[in-house]
Amino acid sequence: MTLTSLVAWIAAAITFGTVIMYGSVGEILTEKSGNLNLGVPGIMYLGAIGSLAGCFFYENGNPAPNPWISACIAVVCALTAALLGGLLYSFMTVTLRANQNVTGLTLTIFGGGVANFFGGSLVKLSGGVGQISVAAASSAIRTRIPFLSDHFGIVSDLLFSYGFFTYLAVVIALAANYFLTRTRYGLNLRAVGENPATADAAGISVTKYKYLATCTGAMIEGLGGMYFVMDYIKGTWDSGGALEALGWLAVALVIFTSWKPKNAVWGAYLFGFCYWIYLYIPSGISAVLAKFFGAANVTHMQNLYRMIPYLVTIIVLIIVSKKKRKENQNPASLGISYFREER
Amino acid sequence: MKDSTAVRMDRVTKRFGSVVANDAVSMNIHYGEILSILGENGSGKTTLMNMLAGIYYPDEGDIYVNGRQVTITSPHDAYELGIGMIHQHYKLVDVFTAAENIILGLDSDKITYSLDEVNKKVEEICRQYGFDIDPKAKVYEMSVAQKQTLEIVKILYRGADILILDEPTAVLTPQETEKLFDILRAMRSDGKAIVLITHKLNEVLELSDRVTILRKGKYITTIPTPVATEQILTEAMVGEKVTLDIDRPMPENTVKRLSVKNLTVYSEDGIKALDDVSFDAYGGEILGIAGISGCGQKELLEAIAGLQVTDKNTSIIYYDKDGSEKQLIGVSPREIRNYGVHLSFVPEDRLGMGLVASLGMTENMMLKDYDKGASPFLNKSDSAKLAEDVKKELDIATPSLETPVRRLSGGNVQKVLVGREIAAEPTILMTAYAVRGLDINKSYTIYNLLTEQKMKGVAVIYVGEDLDVLLALADRIMVLCSGHENGILDARTVTKEEVGRRMTNLTEEK
Repeated sequence: MTLTSLVAWIAAAITFGTVIMYGSVGEILTEKSGNLNLGVPGIMYLGAIGSLAGCFFYENGNPAPNPWISACIAVVCALTAALLGGLLYSFMTVTLRANQNVTGLTLTIFGGGVANFFGGSLVKLSGGVGQISVAAASSAIRTRIPFLSDHFGIVSDLLFSYGFFTYLAVVIALAANYFLTRTRYGLNLRAVGENPATADAAGISVTKYKYLATCTGAMIEGLGGMYFVMDYIKGTWDSGGALEALGWLAVALVIFTSWKPKNAVWGAYLFGFCYWIYLYIPSGISAVLAKFFGAANVTHMQNLYRMIPYLVTIIVLIIVSKKKRKENQNPASLGISYFREER
Repeated sequence: MKDSTAVRMDRVTKRFGSVVANDAVSMNIHYGEILSILGENGSGKTTLMNMLAGIYYPDEGDIYVNGRQVTITSPHDAYELGIGMIHQHYKLVDVFTAAENIILGLDSDKITYSLDEVNKKVEEICRQYGFDIDPKAKVYEMSVAQKQTLEIVKILYRGADILILDEPTAVLTPQETEKLFDILRAMRSDGKAIVLITHKLNEVLELSDRVTILRKGKYITTIPTPVATEQILTEAMVGEKVTLDIDRPMPENTVKRLSVKNLTVYSEDGIKALDDVSFDAYGGEILGIAGISGCGQKELLEAIAGLQVTDKNTSIIYYDKDGSEKQLIGVSPREIRNYGVHLSFVPEDRLGMGLVASLGMTENMMLKDYDKGASPFLNKSDSAKLAEDVKKELDIATPSLETPVRRLSGGNVQKVLVGREIAAEPTILMTAYAVRGLDINKSYTIYNLLTEQKMKGVAVIYVGEDLDVLLALADRIMVLCSGHENGILDARTVTKEEVGRRMTNLTEEK
């Protein structure tokens, strides 16, 4: 394996990891309030299609679109679309006390359906598959850090060859971590997710915290969807379900991090690294493994490699549940709607 | 110096639906004093105090704190007024440290918080009153007593001057209780107002300065403790005997059906829920079980039904109709049921145990004999016939046998539950709180059903809350007091005061 391909592997892992880092950090905030939102893929889809549609209508109706205005439109539209998804989920589960799993799964199906319906239309409008429809916004969002990104050889390639939303994801993750562990509001939020009755008795508005955490979380997830469209696939639309797969990986990552946003940073990159292993693993090793597993050829091994992120999650789950440290478990009231006790 | 009156409640009334939990109760709480609120189950002690703590809001009446009329709509309001309540179920977050629990929900201009500062202040409070608590310890590592201490510290940290403790000693060992009392005395000398909700007479006499007695939601009296005696308190607490018109024929041809020896059960917290209880039950009579709620009634019935793990010295012998003796310890609940020992337990939410709310009567009948019949397919016709019989016999009002039982009225739901067990022709019928939430007429239907069973030679064990009913329905009464058997009495001759006294006070000769 050459150094170049290792660098390419790491770079691919980081871009991939960024998408799920957004999804995962958003979902950690949501789950810390006791809401198990399985609508992450759907909300990421909403953010993705929101940003794409917003930019498309701006750039298509404008002969010389300003990339930065287009990028702002992308961000605002993604946040709004995802917020609507988060509000819908909160309203269903907190106000109407609907079942969280059912609501979340429905939201995933809904988001995917809406996004692919409009995404397909946009692809047609722009002249067919593979046409870059929102080049201006995408190029603005993929802007690299000047100077740092091209003066330091391999260091630049490894650390500074990404669009600035890649770094924002890390900032958001660390900020979320600080919020949860160091601030009063974070403490209150954790109490709501652990024991809403106690939080209620302590004068914390359970409903308010659940709504705010879920909607903020949804907006962060929406940014992940936008990043996917604008950076990961460079301003096109993918109707192959790749984003849904990433959304589920984000949910798996939440468990992997044991609900700690700081772990999502390296965890997301590790997932990315594992995900791309099938492209970068030296063919010699694959050939040996193929022989060992009795696979007919090396490409069959690639399908096995794709399981690795999920295998890692399962292994982590086993280790965590063996250790039985309460701090690493899910919030105690995760998935349970809160009723104030009435007689 | 403050005026010594901390709280004045004036004609406070609270209703839950048609039930009046507190009926125009007026009372005072003073600083520098420990006030006991004494009463039986359902006398409205906790409800009354919950209105001070902001859990409930009174329907009528006024509350004055420090001479000012106040409106308390949330626990937060209560904290602002310096009122803190320690509930029976602790309100703590398990994965948080003691310090984190203490500052939870507190207002502050600072967004971040410094646990060092909190720890220092907590240690200061601990020194002042002699608490022993590590602010850095996680709640899930703490014992029950430590959690209770934490709750008290939490309230003091918030600057409360009026502390309400709801049955604080129920979960404590005698040594821990002594320690708690010392702390309460220290807080009294510090000028705080302390309210102790309890039904234990010895605690009242040992600790408090005054005692306020409630009965069935009504304020009865307030007595200074020095002039109170057990006799006076018991009489005020249980009240005059009410004569009920329940038909109670003398038991005929009684046969020993059950012999329980040295029954000991540990609760989840490792405390003895039942301690060395022994008794016999006879076919053809009703054995009433009296006791304050949570004194081991549930564990007792469940132990007999095979649903509880019992201590190794326990023996429960069942005498079958054919004369054979069967040990019930170590036998599966299903087998015990097949012997003819049936339990119908009506929990607080009525539907929680025994019936599936969204199924109809037929399917609910089926729940207990689904394993009969050899075919893998359900045979509904037998169950439907049974349901039809139960419906006719007990006069259950339901649109059809398929109507989900949750749509039936409370009385009808309970008839389904009891009726199903009766239809199985048990030899021992255990029922707990069978008339919970029923009005008096419907209750009589259930009483008559039980008496009918008794006359058929069934050994009926009846756990009830209402002493008047127990005295009029049962033939013998076993009194449970904190998990101990505290006398088995003849229900026809014993006085209500005697039962009440035994419920609240362990007799020494035991």
